[in-house]
Amino acid sequence: MAAGYNTISLGSGRKEFNPKKPRPGLEEYIKEAGQATLKMAGGAANIDEGVIGNFMASKFNNQGNLAGLIPFIDEGLKWKPSCRVEGACCSGGLALVTAVKSVLAETAETVLTIGVEVQNTVKAVYGADILAGAGWYKERKTGHAYFFPGKFSDRAGDYFKKFGLERARKGMARWYRNAIENARLVPTAQEHQNRQEDLEAAAMCKPNPKSFVENLTIYDCSKVSDGAAAIAVLSEEGLKKAGIAKKDAIEVVGFGQVEADLTAAPADLTRLDTTAEAVRRALESAGITAADLGTVECHDCFTITGILSVEAIGLAKQGEGADFVSAGNTARNGKIPFNTTGGLVGWGHPTGATGVRQAITIWEQLTGKAGAWQIEIPESRPYALSISMGGNDRTVVAIVYRRPADAK
Amino acid sequence: MNYAERLENVTVLGASGKMGSGILLLTAMEMADLSLKPENKDRQFVLNAVDVSNKALDGLMKYLKVQVQKAAEKKIVQLRKVYENNADLIDNKDIVDRYVADVCAIVRPTVVLESAYASGLVFEAVIENPALKIKLLSQINKNSANAPWFFTNTSSIPVHELDEKAGLGGRLLGVHFYNPPAIQKLVELIRAASTKDELVEFALAYSKNLRKIVVPSNDFAGFIGNGHFMRDALHGIAEAERLSKEMPFAEAVYMVNRATQDFLIRPMGIFQLIDYVGLDVCQYIMSVMAERFPGETIHSPLLDRLIAAGVKGGQFSDGSQKDGFFKYEKNRPAAIYDPEAKQYVPVASFQAACDAKMGPLPQPALSWKSAVKHPKKEAALEEFFAKLAAMSSPGAVLAMRYGERSREIGLKLVSDKVAQKEEDVNTVLLSGFYHVYGPINNYFKREMVK
Repeated sequence: MAAGYNTISLGSGRKEFNPKKPRPGLEEYIKEAGQATLKMAGGAANIDEGVIGNFMASKFNNQGNLAGLIPFIDEGLKWKPSCRVEGACCSGGLALVTAVKSVLAETAETVLTIGVEVQNTVKAVYGADILAGAGWYKERKTGHAYFFPGKFSDRAGDYFKKFGLERARKGMARWYRNAIENARLVPTAQEHQNRQEDLEAAAMCKPNPKSFVENLTIYDCSKVSDGAAAIAVLSEEGLKKAGIAKKDAIEVVGFGQVEADLTAAPADLTRLDTTAEAVRRALESAGITAADLGTVECHDCFTITGILSVEAIGLAKQGEGADFVSAGNTARNGKIPFNTTGGLVGWGHPTGATGVRQAITIWEQLTGKAGAWQIEIPESRPYALSISMGGNDRTVVAIVYRRPADAK
Repeated sequence: MNYAERLENVTVLGASGKMGSGILLLTAMEMADLSLKPENKDRQFVLNAVDVSNKALDGLMKYLKVQVQKAAEKKIVQLRKVYENNADLIDNKDIVDRYVADVCAIVRPTVVLESAYASGLVFEAVIENPALKIKLLSQINKNSANAPWFFTNTSSIPVHELDEKAGLGGRLLGVHFYNPPAIQKLVELIRAASTKDELVEFALAYSKNLRKIVVPSNDFAGFIGNGHFMRDALHGIAEAERLSKEMPFAEAVYMVNRATQDFLIRPMGIFQLIDYVGLDVCQYIMSVMAERFPGETIHSPLLDRLIAAGVKGGQFSDGSQKDGFFKYEKNRPAAIYDPEAKQYVPVASFQAACDAKMGPLPQPALSWKSAVKHPKKEAALEEFFAKLAAMSSPGAVLAMRYGERSREIGLKLVSDKVAQKEEDVNTVLLSGFYHVYGPINNYFKREMVK
């Protein structure tokens, strides 16, 4: 993979965001990200296929048939085989594996891979209805007004009960602090301009179930975001054609793609077992263990999900993820930095774009292109992992990447 | 008659006015919430929105829809529970739409006063004119078989006078909302000696359900809110007149306004507040108070002059500010009226010179906005005003005199028994006027004021 580009993540928190003023539409985000990647990958002529991940443009923007917006990026993409993939918030992850499979199947040398979502077309209260489509529709009636916050609040509640409230909340507050501190370094991040002092203290405020959910506050939630991300998935041949040096690309060395029954409730709310299985398969196919990872991009749609992800990867035992985070292990200077551009809580969560955005963050970190947000990847651990999750741990794609051999 | 029965048939008089529309909105939602309780499923709830113009009532219904939708979006978590047995209402959107429809279905807009004859509760929110209020209240009372209860939103007229003159026999209570009622938290509750206990009990329950902060005020013209505001405004006008002997009138108004806003950390300066309420409304309230406080001068010839010249302030129906002491551009003061020249003088033409004359603000600066959400508000205010008291610049002296006068007015409301206690005066100014500190404080004690 190479030639990644993120638009800004637009939404509350960004100074230029004004819900009353016109904003860029789907096609403008797609074009901005797509053109930037084409430019880095030697132009549209080098592209064999296009794939776009998106969750709910049909409802947020009254737009289906999104593959048709790929040729809108550049005339040269006319009549290139393209498709749109959807797996709720894992849509971006699915776009990545779809592209990877095309390259592995040798139907393409280079796949332009895009993720996009434009969510600020409706107020959050109605956005919650749309996003609830990531769950089983028959659960909507009995679900919380804020459906997914409700689902993950239930997970947090069980975690508090089993492993201790104070300890979990501390871990969640630290997760928030890490997310914002990372986002402040990244100009495209939605929380880039966040100036809140003492982030952990702010995040320790009490949830208000009257207006929101039982066990989470706004500090625990990812953002409502507009944005797109694009990256090229290339074979070695594709790299050559695009004129991209190997040191400027990352190697996909394994992945796990896992699906769970949408209509079935999770067996244990304190475990992300689908995520755990996807990660297990990804690490196994890469032939490495979690101890070999230099950085991780996980799907922290809520702070509690971040903590459960730490456990699902196996970096901490069940119930000890919060302590692992509290101790600073996942901070940018910690043992294994997570979500170094802010993750879903800090960078933003344009749902269909997020999986692709994660790959771009890893590409930046492993090729030394991260600028102000660059972390050090130890020589002994040149691997990175991304986890893209859809719904309540139903659709999961985990990918393992390796730093190019001749890159520092 | 229990709480729900009392609210089965209600009338709001003056329903499309600024105060009436807010009262109607809050009451309509309260009635709808009652109607949605299982125990009330067989009751019929009717809210008559009475006003004189069909056009204004059309506007009211549009306002109502928009506001109820916003309120429903805010309380969606509770509403999902309320409608949990309606299998057809699945999305938040379904529920919000249904709630808006349910609230609007209760409201009957009408220009026919007779609609009120069937009501058990009549809420009067017509203009501040005693004769009109008395006429409407007594007409409804005479023609109703229900011995209805009456609430009046008067902000100045003693409740016992209205009760006696309309012949209501103690079935009248002052329930004074602040503008705009849907947002302002404060309700002043004014009982006359004759007011029946049941009305007060009901009003307390009703205000609590509307999530209002209730402050009892004794039954003296102006009550606590206008009792403070009108005297405070008169002090501001007197200060401007005093200063205008040494400088152009517009500059004097600018300095007093700025002293009250920036130096005293209020949400708006005193002249902007007069404009917001309306010069004519202030004039009227002053006249009501003046009649009832014969020993005190509650009157401003300057206001009379300005009003005669057509300078009235108040708001357009879309909520934007009409010109008064200030001329407004995008709802911000841009020029100040000069009564001699009968024209507005741009603020920009003298602002810098006036600011320099007034002197600097205490540092670190504390704006009203930052004070509102300041984590250590008390300490910050104390520091700011201690520094202000130590300054001798004209701006600081003006502000300290003002703060002292405001404190004196507050204390007099207590000693005159308008307010039952000092805390009540402070609560009214804090919650009804959005001040960040009450007028009765230690910042402006006389010994601190030069």
